[in-house]
Amino acid sequence: MAEVKPAARPLSPHLQIYRWSWTMAMSVAHRVTGTGLYLGTVLIAAWLVAAASGPAAFDTAQWIAGSILGRLVLFLYSFSLMHHMVGGLRHFVWDMGKGYEPQTRMAMAKFTLVISTALTVLIWIVVLATR
Amino acid sequence: MQSNSSMRTPLGRVRGLGSAKSGTGHFWLQRLTAVANVILTVIFVFVVVALVGKPYPAAMALLTQPCVAILMLLFILSACVHMRIGMQVIIEDYVHEEGVKILAVMANTFFAIAVGAASVYAVLKLSFGG
Ligand code: HEM
Ligand code: HEM
Repeated sequence: MAEVKPAARPLSPHLQIYRWSWTMAMSVAHRVTGTGLYLGTVLIAAWLVAAASGPAAFDTAQWIAGSILGRLVLFLYSFSLMHHMVGGLRHFVWDMGKGYEPQTRMAMAKFTLVISTALTVLIWIVVLATR
Repeated sequence: MQSNSSMRTPLGRVRGLGSAKSGTGHFWLQRLTAVANVILTVIFVFVVVALVGKPYPAAMALLTQPCVAILMLLFILSACVHMRIGMQVIIEDYVHEEGVKILAVMANTFFAIAVGAASVYAVLKLSFGG
């Protein structure tokens, strides 16, 4: 039985071929933040397990979270979460078949960065003001 | 153009192929969990902000409220399903050696299940007064 051979297809050029643009940067950022959130779930799990292990373990976890390094990681995590969330909303617009025009794509890419930065700053203002 | 000299239909030839094998199902589940994640993330952020700086008894009193605990569980489960599929896409984009790819996809699944199980165990233990 003769199988049909796949036709030779053109290969798509990769990132370094292109000039950096807002849309490309936000696309890469979605993947990078998704990966950061993925790895960060270990910290959420560790924090919950510490809480479930009792006050001593919890205090240790809180001390680590409150250290300079801990706060830096938490800040990056909160920004990744906000950026990935707003970037995900952009994907929903595309999934509905809208927002593919050049100006719209550009506007949505900038919107992602501005809104996610604003949300992150807002979270940290509330955190620092209420503690 | 390809000649269709095979007995198999074009659809039959492509079923089960591709790096994902079950691409449309994964695509849909990725969207479903993404929508859930938007709602659950907003709640999660509020809970975390409320927990900051609280001493152990007060923090646990909040975390073990039934509504809070249930929403934390839903966030963990939705995030773990979502991130597992998302990472599989990344693996399939970058890892092209079949054996390594299968191992990476397996490790990814183990990771998501381990993180999910540890988190769920912790929240339930706290809630049921372990
Ligand atoms: C930190 C490093 C890298 C970043 C941030 C990055 C980013 C990206 C992004 C954003 C895409 C588009 C995927 C999508 O939107 O679904 C992509 C596709 C891809 N990347 Fe990378 N990449 C990186 C490293 C690499 C490396 C090291 C390789 C291989 C040596 C690679 C090979 C590919 C391939 C094969 C695709 C798919 C292209 C296509 O579908 O036509 N990438 N990458
Ligand atoms: C907060 C709400 C969230 C929304 C709206 C969202 C949305 C999305 C969407 C639409 C995609 C698919 C992107 C594509 O097809 O190229 C995606 C990918 C991904 N998400 Fe999320 N997500 C959210 C939260 C999370 C969380 C909490 C994690 C991890 C714990 C996560 C990890 C990932 C990963 C690893 C990918 C794969 C990235 C890629 O393929 O480039 N996401 N997300």
